[in-house]
Amino acid sequence: MDQVEKIFETRELNVNMGPQHPATHGVLRLVLDLDGETVVNVTPYVGYLHRGIEKLGESLSYFQALPLTDRMDYVSAMSNNIGYVVAVEKLFGIEAPERAKFIRTMVGEMSRISNHLLWLATHALDIGAMTVFLYCFREREWILELFEKICGARLTVTYPRIGGVRNDITQEFLESLWKFTEEFPSRILEYETLIDQNRMWLKRTIGIGVISAEEAVNWGLTGPTLRGSGVPYDVRKFTPYDAYDRVEFDVPVGTEGDTYDRYRCRMIEMRQSNNIVRQCIEKLPPGPIMADAPKFTLHPKDAMFPITHPTKEHAFYIDEKVCKGCGMCLRACPVKAITGEKKKPHKIDQAICLQCANCLAVCKFKALKIVPGGKGLSEDKLKELAQAPLPEEITKAKEHLVEHFTFIKRGPRAPEGDLYVATEVPKGELGFYFVSDGSGKPYRMRVRAPSFIHAGVLPRLCVGHLVADVIANIGTIDIVLGECDR
Amino acid sequence: MLIDTSTIGLIQVEEDTKILPPNVIITTFDKIVNWSRLSSIWPTTFGLACCAIEMMAVGAAHYDFDRFGIIFRGSPRQSDCLIVAGTVTKKMAPVVRRVYDQIPEPRYVVAMGSCACTGGIFRTYNTVQGCGSFLPVDVYVPGCPPRPETLLEGMMLLQEKIRKEQARWSPWR
Repeated sequence: MDQVEKIFETRELNVNMGPQHPATHGVLRLVLDLDGETVVNVTPYVGYLHRGIEKLGESLSYFQALPLTDRMDYVSAMSNNIGYVVAVEKLFGIEAPERAKFIRTMVGEMSRISNHLLWLATHALDIGAMTVFLYCFREREWILELFEKICGARLTVTYPRIGGVRNDITQEFLESLWKFTEEFPSRILEYETLIDQNRMWLKRTIGIGVISAEEAVNWGLTGPTLRGSGVPYDVRKFTPYDAYDRVEFDVPVGTEGDTYDRYRCRMIEMRQSNNIVRQCIEKLPPGPIMADAPKFTLHPKDAMFPITHPTKEHAFYIDEKVCKGCGMCLRACPVKAITGEKKKPHKIDQAICLQCANCLAVCKFKALKIVPGGKGLSEDKLKELAQAPLPEEITKAKEHLVEHFTFIKRGPRAPEGDLYVATEVPKGELGFYFVSDGSGKPYRMRVRAPSFIHAGVLPRLCVGHLVADVIANIGTIDIVLGECDR
Repeated sequence: MLIDTSTIGLIQVEEDTKILPPNVIITTFDKIVNWSRLSSIWPTTFGLACCAIEMMAVGAAHYDFDRFGIIFRGSPRQSDCLIVAGTVTKKMAPVVRRVYDQIPEPRYVVAMGSCACTGGIFRTYNTVQGCGSFLPVDVYVPGCPPRPETLLEGMMLLQEKIRKEQARWSPWR
């Protein structure tokens, strides 16, 4: 008997899945313990895409850290940008104008649609429905083209700004977006025709990855992953930001909490997002797109035009009496038109000077003078003209320019304190936590990434099911590793 | 037996390629090997970060990689090209290298995106500053992320590179 037992001794099989695996949505690594085909244990390993975004955010000013946020959840970059700027705006205590809020809501929902399309595409592809992938990318391309129309980028947009948005949207864009919203519901029907009643799809999704409402809340799930279990928690409804309190939408919830319910939730969410986009287009108010908060937002570039615009023929002249020879302008000059020894007055070679006004922005001693219309004049003449008072528009533009430079260099001075602001991104609740010490950079920037928390629930969903269901479970919690590892 | 080619009516269609009507083609071995290689570059399905999404977009119907004979394969053993699509972190670099090592010769590497080329905006403690430091990169595709057309251009450049290879089929290469 002993010998028979020895022969039929069974051991758990240890399978390493990822980081290179077509279905792990990036670089997630799972170590599976298998008993035959049944999963006994799952250990997710994260950190393969840890790029130090939080640390990098602490060494950059609030403006500069914005492009980092769209590299976090690159599938819905716009929503991440909005999450960041909403948090920073709250920290600064400023508010974006109405038009900017509606534009942000609109592009945020577009981003939600594009994210859910990519989720559906990859989820279906992993489970085995190839056609859905091609159909979804057709509409996703359409949205990306619309993004390109407003900001020039397809994926990493960086369109919202602290205090508003980068540039205004045109009527042409609104018309093409309206056309999209008219067409899109029929496209959702197409996907549903493919998989909604498909026997294989039902077999692979119903009863897979079941999690009850109470457990889902305890695991910290958010977004559609939580709503599939029947908890109607949505940050957009509970603490509305931007224009979400002025648009009407429903929060779809599931009943069973399985993969199929979460799929249904996201499909209905796409329809709701489509409705929100339509409402935003209808209600879009006229007005400015940047908040009027000169201490916290960048000045419009037109304000600096009287100095920096190349058609204005100014000359720049260094006042010998005031110049201390600190060398700041010397380093700032892109064409090396400024010469001079240390601690002795510098001089500008008018033949090389580009009139870029960089030197003007860096001079601490106000030694640099603008001579309007002084291009091509002799040195003595410039010296004479430099003493005359400047026209008002140029004085104002000079102030704008110097402030712009300090903003970019040091960042806007945030009030001291800390705050946590959450927004609803397609994946769930994205929170930004800032600790500010009053300088232009956050003392600590922390991101509550939904993907990281969702990755933690994988063992709970997978244990007891088959290996093939691991793939379905990775798809259904909708994770992106860029956001998970940061 | 040697044939005097001047007497049998060979038609030169391009350099090094002659046709004997109706269907005999005489060409160099290099040319035919390179032609078949460049017409079916099969990259590994290996996405690292943001660029992988654009890579997927190129693989989808709108941009359509398939028309260049480029089909994604799930296993490195079946593929002959590695598109490093995204940031390579220090934890990930050994894995990328291992995937590259598993690809049978001849193999090619395309570094896609600023991160894979130079590290991009992520000059941090955990990011490898360009995958060229541990992989022999054939084509660098810049952009953050590159547009799909840019990646297509990069793959076409790789095809041009393969077209010019000499005697890579021989064991003494």
